[in-house]
Amino acid sequence: MLEIKNLHATVGGKGILNGLDLTIGAGEVHAIMGPNGSGKSTLSYVLSGREGYEVTEGEVAYQGRNLLEMEPEERAGAGVFLAFQYPVEIPGVPNTTFLREAVNAVRKYKGAPTLDPMAFLKVLRAKIKELQVPDDLLKRAVNVGFSGGEKKRNEILQMALLDPSLAILDETDSGLDIDALKTVADGVNAMRAPDRSVLVITHYQRLLDYIVPDRVHVLAHGRIVRSGGKELALELEKTGYAGFTGEAA
Amino acid sequence: MGEQLATADILQKYGTGAARAETPAQPWLESLRTGARERAAAAGLPTPKQESWKYTNLRPLEKLAFGPRSQDQIGIDRLPNLLPQGQSARRLVFVNGQFRADLSTRAALPEGVRAGSLANALAEDGAGLKDLLGRIANGDGEDQAMLDLNTAFVSDGLFLHVAVGVRIDLPIEVIYLGTAPREPQAFHPRCLIAMEENSSAIVVEHHAGIGGGAYFANHGCEARIGERAELRHYKVQAEADDAIHMANVHVEVGAGGVYDSFALTRGARLSRNEVRVRLEAPGAECHLNGVYMLRGDQHCDNTTAIEHLAPETSSREVFKGVLDDRARGVFQGKIVVHPKAQKSDGHQLSKALLLSDSAEMDAKPELEIYADDVKCSHGATAGDMDPDALFYLRARGIPEATARHMLIEAFLSDTINSLAAKGLCPALMSSVGHWLSDAATGDAP
Amino acid sequence: MAANVETLEQVQAVTEKYKYGFVTDIETETAPKGLSEDIVRFISHKKNEPEWLLAWRLKAYRHWLTMPEPQWAHVDFPPLDYQDSYYYSAPKSKTDGPKSLEEVDPELLKTYEKLGIPLKEQEMLAGVAVDAVFDSVSVATTFKGKLEEQGIIFCPISEAVQNHPELVRQYLGSVVPAADNKHACLNSAVFTDGSFVYIPKGVRCPMELSTYFRINAANTGQFERTLIIADAGSYVSYLEGCTAPMRDEHQLHAAVVELVALDDAEIKYSTVQNWYPGDENGVGGIYNFVTKRGACRGHNSKISWTQVETGSAITWKYPSCILQGDNSVGEFYSVAITNNMQQADTGTKMIHLGKNTRSRIVSKGISAGRSQQTYRGLVKISPKAQGARNHTQCDSLLIGDLCGAHTVPYIECRNRGAVVEHEATTSKISEDQLFYCRQRGISQEDAVALVVNGFCREVLQQLPMEFAVEAQKLVGISLEGSVG
Repeated sequence: MLEIKNLHATVGGKGILNGLDLTIGAGEVHAIMGPNGSGKSTLSYVLSGREGYEVTEGEVAYQGRNLLEMEPEERAGAGVFLAFQYPVEIPGVPNTTFLREAVNAVRKYKGAPTLDPMAFLKVLRAKIKELQVPDDLLKRAVNVGFSGGEKKRNEILQMALLDPSLAILDETDSGLDIDALKTVADGVNAMRAPDRSVLVITHYQRLLDYIVPDRVHVLAHGRIVRSGGKELALELEKTGYAGFTGEAA
Repeated sequence: MGEQLATADILQKYGTGAARAETPAQPWLESLRTGARERAAAAGLPTPKQESWKYTNLRPLEKLAFGPRSQDQIGIDRLPNLLPQGQSARRLVFVNGQFRADLSTRAALPEGVRAGSLANALAEDGAGLKDLLGRIANGDGEDQAMLDLNTAFVSDGLFLHVAVGVRIDLPIEVIYLGTAPREPQAFHPRCLIAMEENSSAIVVEHHAGIGGGAYFANHGCEARIGERAELRHYKVQAEADDAIHMANVHVEVGAGGVYDSFALTRGARLSRNEVRVRLEAPGAECHLNGVYMLRGDQHCDNTTAIEHLAPETSSREVFKGVLDDRARGVFQGKIVVHPKAQKSDGHQLSKALLLSDSAEMDAKPELEIYADDVKCSHGATAGDMDPDALFYLRARGIPEATARHMLIEAFLSDTINSLAAKGLCPALMSSVGHWLSDAATGDAP
Repeated sequence: MAANVETLEQVQAVTEKYKYGFVTDIETETAPKGLSEDIVRFISHKKNEPEWLLAWRLKAYRHWLTMPEPQWAHVDFPPLDYQDSYYYSAPKSKTDGPKSLEEVDPELLKTYEKLGIPLKEQEMLAGVAVDAVFDSVSVATTFKGKLEEQGIIFCPISEAVQNHPELVRQYLGSVVPAADNKHACLNSAVFTDGSFVYIPKGVRCPMELSTYFRINAANTGQFERTLIIADAGSYVSYLEGCTAPMRDEHQLHAAVVELVALDDAEIKYSTVQNWYPGDENGVGGIYNFVTKRGACRGHNSKISWTQVETGSAITWKYPSCILQGDNSVGEFYSVAITNNMQQADTGTKMIHLGKNTRSRIVSKGISAGRSQQTYRGLVKISPKAQGARNHTQCDSLLIGDLCGAHTVPYIECRNRGAVVEHEATTSKISEDQLFYCRQRGISQEDAVALVVNGFCREVLQQLPMEFAVEAQKLVGISLEGSVG
């Protein structure tokens, strides 16, 4: 699904990723853990194509295509979804309008017919029921005035609607209480499928109690310094990152 | 354009009694004056037809006929107090625009600081000032007739030079006294400030009238703030009731430099503070703040223009006023962000409390923006004090007059208390207190 | 213009740049080029006007000759050559004018169909009556009969001069005096047609009234004059739309709109202005120098202006309210979009004269390309306007680093019992928002349209549904090519 080789990236001239390697197979759930400043969010932005994140070396293949050559919207169309750590507020744009725009844009990329407003509404209603998203979230402007939990639920709702092949969850657990965390995790787990891969980026092990990963990687100083099974997360919880950051230095 | 006067008429009308003879003849200085005189004569006094003078009419000035220089001897006992004894690095006193060594203090200043009379500096080191004087305040730009008038008669005022890396913590206190016991007087003090790299200083100007009378204090000021230098420039204008006070301040701020200004206005029948700041290099910053308290037929105009010329420059501006009787407040604030000044921010706020049905507030906050990656905003409000707050205080047993005073003080105090030089806040707040207690005694100017 | 079609589908569907840029090939009757007293007389004669109106025009013309061009706006263009333009152009017809839709030249009907404004009543949306003005004359007014049943007068102003001279004489120039400004003065001298509306006492106009302005002829100025009177207790919603062919030369459009609202009356006036803006290099395009003003003469009256300004090479326009009656309300909602070489200096004036008058200003400006845009507004509270309230919100968005956005409010408060609040912000379109949209698969251009539509939402919501959809599409189209 995703193959990252020797990835180097800079932000504002500063090297953040320094030779990162990572391979995620179809249907796998991988977790990347690391301390603040290790390059976790940078990785998510490089994969989704944000401006200002410059790749200086290395390659990223996604379903056999060169991901780095694609525009952000092309990547989305090809099934790369990023659940933002800080979902962006867009005043004046109703959430429903935004969701429909996005769904139809992605459908166009996939060559599927676009949904008319009524058909879309049907799909949307079914999804919000499934994910227990309150109705009024749809009428309000995108993320404007949403609580931290509502924003994250809105991200998961988008993920469910856009049906991605690769979902990247950037610190999706931050700012969530335990109930919200469970709902979000249920949403992600429900989407686990043989043709879908998930990359969970997190600082804490907590989320991984609910979204159990196949592989866990430790990121430090812009590189994967250790990989292992789900038990690695538990080990980290006990020992902290200190040992790893030292190793990488 | 105003009524044009012949150059000779300008000399005659506004130069009567202006200090000229004190400085030795220097050709460059004479040509600076002549050039300004000709420009001022060609332009005439500004009128409300000019956009930047839309709300301020100089007719009261035109009506004054100035007499020869008054020879009043003012003793040190008549000096108004703003800063407590020992709270200034040096006190410089000017009477009708002329330096008075006898009233000033001569305390030693740190090495690298020159603070004194511009006339003396011109006499001692005329050539050294040639490239400074009139360079920043040069009469270019819109409607600069008042500055030209000042330059036409430039002779004395504050000269401050702070050398590289020198920082003085105590303020330089400058007292400008106006007095016109017999005939109206006109004077044109000029302030020249050069802050070199990494230097810092505080200048506190106190403008006051002695013994009443009509006079025209037409100040000009130019300041160059070098890289990472800081100038805190504060002013209390408590001129005589019949005075006309004009101030044209031109400032250039270098990389990482800070110009921080504050003007408290409560005197003069007609006044205008015009401050023009050029943020010339990255990281340059300015704060232009002020409060004004007016009553009777007083008119005060705060006009500012901030030019963001380089990336990452920032400006903050807050003006608050209280207007009683038939007083009129004017705020014109312009922020220009030039195409190169990406990542700049400019914020501006004007608030006025109208205490009487005949008071008037005119505000024109203006943004002119040619760069896209900027954050700029302005706000303006005018109106009565919050009736809910007033009621709340009265419901707690506070008499209405006291409650009003409390709310006015509260309205003005946050601007005053946000001054970087905290030591000055009590003096400024007590100036507010004086104004309020004048109202209580019905002593309207 | 089906009302229920969702906007964004339409944004995607519309790919043309300026789809109204075609020319109708139709025989026209034109006055000789240039401006003189004779031309003024010619126009008045063509319209068979009474002597008083000719005298009014001539007085305006003579005054116009003495007036300087207004210089204060932040716009830049070479001096206008008033002699190089036609001041009267009308589709030639066999009779004096079409008496009914059956008599309208089929070419004209086709033009309006192309513009999305079918004039055949059976094809129209119920609830919108249209007066179509083609160059200098009104070519058709629909639903006249139905409106007449309720005593509503909706007709070309030239017709009102003939049939309702007392109303025209009483109100014409009573809100915008002939000598108000140079452009309004020119209009007073040479206005050719426009709409006239009178809503009788207590009548709520049952449908939206709409005028569609079309400049077709080359080198022709359009000087329409609109006069709307809402008598006590009445209500009317009026829509105005405009287009012009793509032509290389600049064409002058100097219209005057006067609104009068008497006691308890309300007028809602909406404009979607999409005159030809010129090409990417500023060649051609309409000079849109318009004076619009409403007088809230009666107590509790209300005038609400909503404008979406996307067209014209230069826009110079300040729809204003004179709040004379106690408790009267003035509103101004504006979206202005400038792209390429367009220049716009637009805003409003709210003159508070009566007690407890209220005004609200919401202005959203979007500058892109190399355009320059200025919001210029005046809020004036007179000494007698006890309890007056104003709130102004003025936001500018910049797209690209070659354009300019300027804000010049004038706030003049002479009453202590008044509360005036003004807020303005200027910033660039948010990279975060654009990236968020693009990560969800939405293209850069659609993302801009989406974010800008959100930015303008408060204003667009004020438009009647039929116009709101059109306006939302326009937002997207106007910004094409502004990014990437």
